[in-house]
Amino acid sequence: MLKTFLKGGVHPAANKLSADKTIEILPLPKIVVIPISQHIGAPAKVLVTKGDKVKVGQRIAESGGFVSANIHSSVSGTVFKIDNVIDTSGYKKPCVIINVEGDEWDENIDKSKELKKDFTLSSEEIIKKINEAGIVGLGGATFPSHVKLSIPKGKKAEVLIINGVECEPYLTADHRLMLEKGEEILVGTKILMKALNVDKAFIGIENNKPDAINYFIELVKNFEGIQVVPLKVKYPQGGEKQLIKAVTKREVPSGGLPIDVGAVVHNVGTAFAVYEAIQKNKPLFERVVTVTGKSVKTPLNLLVRIGTSTIDLINIAGGVPENTGKIVSGGPMMGKAIVNTDVPITKGSSGVLLFEEKESKRQESQNCIRCGKCVSVCPMGIEPYLLMNLVENEMWDEVEKYHALDCIECGSCMFTCPSQRPLLDYIRLGKSTVNNIKRSRKK
Amino acid sequence: MNRLITISQSPHVSGDFTVKKIMYSVIIALLPALAVSIYYFGLDAVRVTLIAVASAVFFEYIIQKFLIKGKQTITDGSAIITGVLLAFNVPSNLPIWMIVIGALVAIGVGKMSFGGLGKNPFNPALVGRVFLLISFPVDMTIWPTNRFALLANPDAVTGATPLAILKEGVKNGEKVTDLLSQVPPYLDMFFGNTGGSLGEISAFALIIGLIYMLMKKVITWHIPVTMLGTIFIFSAILNFANPEKFADPVFHILTGGVMLGAIFMATDMVTSPMSKKGMIIFAAGIGIITIIIRNFGAYPEGVSFAILIMNAFVPLINKYFKPKLFGEKG
Repeated sequence: MLKTFLKGGVHPAANKLSADKTIEILPLPKIVVIPISQHIGAPAKVLVTKGDKVKVGQRIAESGGFVSANIHSSVSGTVFKIDNVIDTSGYKKPCVIINVEGDEWDENIDKSKELKKDFTLSSEEIIKKINEAGIVGLGGATFPSHVKLSIPKGKKAEVLIINGVECEPYLTADHRLMLEKGEEILVGTKILMKALNVDKAFIGIENNKPDAINYFIELVKNFEGIQVVPLKVKYPQGGEKQLIKAVTKREVPSGGLPIDVGAVVHNVGTAFAVYEAIQKNKPLFERVVTVTGKSVKTPLNLLVRIGTSTIDLINIAGGVPENTGKIVSGGPMMGKAIVNTDVPITKGSSGVLLFEEKESKRQESQNCIRCGKCVSVCPMGIEPYLLMNLVENEMWDEVEKYHALDCIECGSCMFTCPSQRPLLDYIRLGKSTVNNIKRSRKK
Repeated sequence: MNRLITISQSPHVSGDFTVKKIMYSVIIALLPALAVSIYYFGLDAVRVTLIAVASAVFFEYIIQKFLIKGKQTITDGSAIITGVLLAFNVPSNLPIWMIVIGALVAIGVGKMSFGGLGKNPFNPALVGRVFLLISFPVDMTIWPTNRFALLANPDAVTGATPLAILKEGVKNGEKVTDLLSQVPPYLDMFFGNTGGSLGEISAFALIIGLIYMLMKKVITWHIPVTMLGTIFIFSAILNFANPEKFADPVFHILTGGVMLGAIFMATDMVTSPMSKKGMIIFAAGIGIITIIIRNFGAYPEGVSFAILIMNAFVPLINKYFKPKLFGEKG
């Protein structure tokens, strides 16, 4: 029996159109727009001004606090200006705009391709270096990685879980990375194990990627303490709490963090970035992005410099199809619809997904028929129909009481609702209102 | 690119589960039972079903159009189901005008007065049925014998249902053990060769419908299995305590509206609880009330009342029987 999480979950059509496409390197853009807030937490502080010359990998904005991340230039060239540009969120955010000139890398970066297995750094040194490299969770959540690695007093990490689930339909960036950079990911895993002082790590991979599972089972023979865990396909298995449950049977308490059950989860992309940061001195300034969609001419996986315009990626994949109705950054279940094709690729961009016109619009919502499907698919055990009702009636105390804050926004409820009700929209509104109320209570 | 693109919150895809699909799956699941009714009651079964369906759809249409003034909902299939279920719950020789009144009460009072599909607390078809039973107790409890029994004995135009035979007999002080010899063999009852409302006679046909709905994931096992299990266990206990007064569990499962109720009426999504725990409580309640009414109440049959009573408890059940929260302490 393959492992999986027990409560709820759905099975959206996989549509992994680009699963067999080798990662290609996207040609350098002419200009990059690098947002200074690409992560959860405080925005970074800009260190450069108009006219400055920068190199690839040079730090252009420094971490704005503990929960924040450094930002590095992804290109070499001249800072054109610091300006507000619309990013994935749909809002104008401060960005460093750089005109690309050549491709001159910071001299400390080791550009060689050869695998470097051994490392001697201590746990503190590793965490410091990861912080310096501006690494954030590359699965899409963009939580600064050094924060996850800094275990609070009184807690102890027991197990590291590497997330190779990629449960979002369409996306194949992690899948390709696992096939093409397997050993690097495992060295990165070893480094993370050292940082956490744990001797056990699990790599969770869903069994719709048998090639990756088999490849890793072969590879881990040379890596002590790392074990591959094939998982039964079920969305949202890539959710941190669901993955911990599936792999270790431990349940992160409501309102708690993975470390409360001794677990730390990092994405395979993050493990690769850690490898590059520690072994090659390379900060995080590029990532793998899947460009896909049913009408996209050639769905593919691209290695992209942060700050590249979305349209450059789409053009390599054959241009915007005539019938495009929506463009999403990320996967179809949790991705964000972007407002124009110039939105820059950031550390959290796992995919660019083009929907056809007919798939783009929501169906008209009908009366709730009280089928209870939303309740049975909710992986967190909350009641989406009830929360929607409570939010509609602005009963915020009840919204909090019935666990709106436990919602992970996976979208399973809306996916499954036969009446196409906008359940998650209302729960999001409930969550943000409850959070605001809680904040005002503290004051 | 000069075109407008849609902006919306995630998720950007949805499953292929729709209200229409659910409703039409239920209608398909009802067909085997309808076929058995037609086999045993002939054109009467067709007449009652067609009239019930046509009037249910008609009343929903005019109420939606003239009173609620909203978007038409008749194509979602739920009015058709209410019509079929109402027909399934009445004798096959019920006068046309009574069926029409039943449909008006079911749709008008039972469903549309609350705001239409999804808003009604009580099962609409049962509201119609119970209204008819209380208003026209005689017509609603005269059961035509089926075509084959009629051929064998042309004088017996109507006959009592097994439940009525039992109730009358017990009232007159007869022993259940003797009375059971007057009812059809259980195998006949299982396949539908017995007296009763149009759609309730054949457990076999209803179970085919159940399997279809389970396969299509329209319903889960929780309500039918719990309800039948509770009825079986409760009646077995009574039967064990006093076999002369209480019939055996198989009799209770196969007679009356138990199968129809457990598979098609209690499982109505709108009027049953949301969580699995709640469904089990709800279905167990129906089972217990049914057996209490059958054995200790004035009516020979109690499924309709039991379901309506438990329908009333659904909001409370939803309030107190929550799904288990992920990471809940303890």
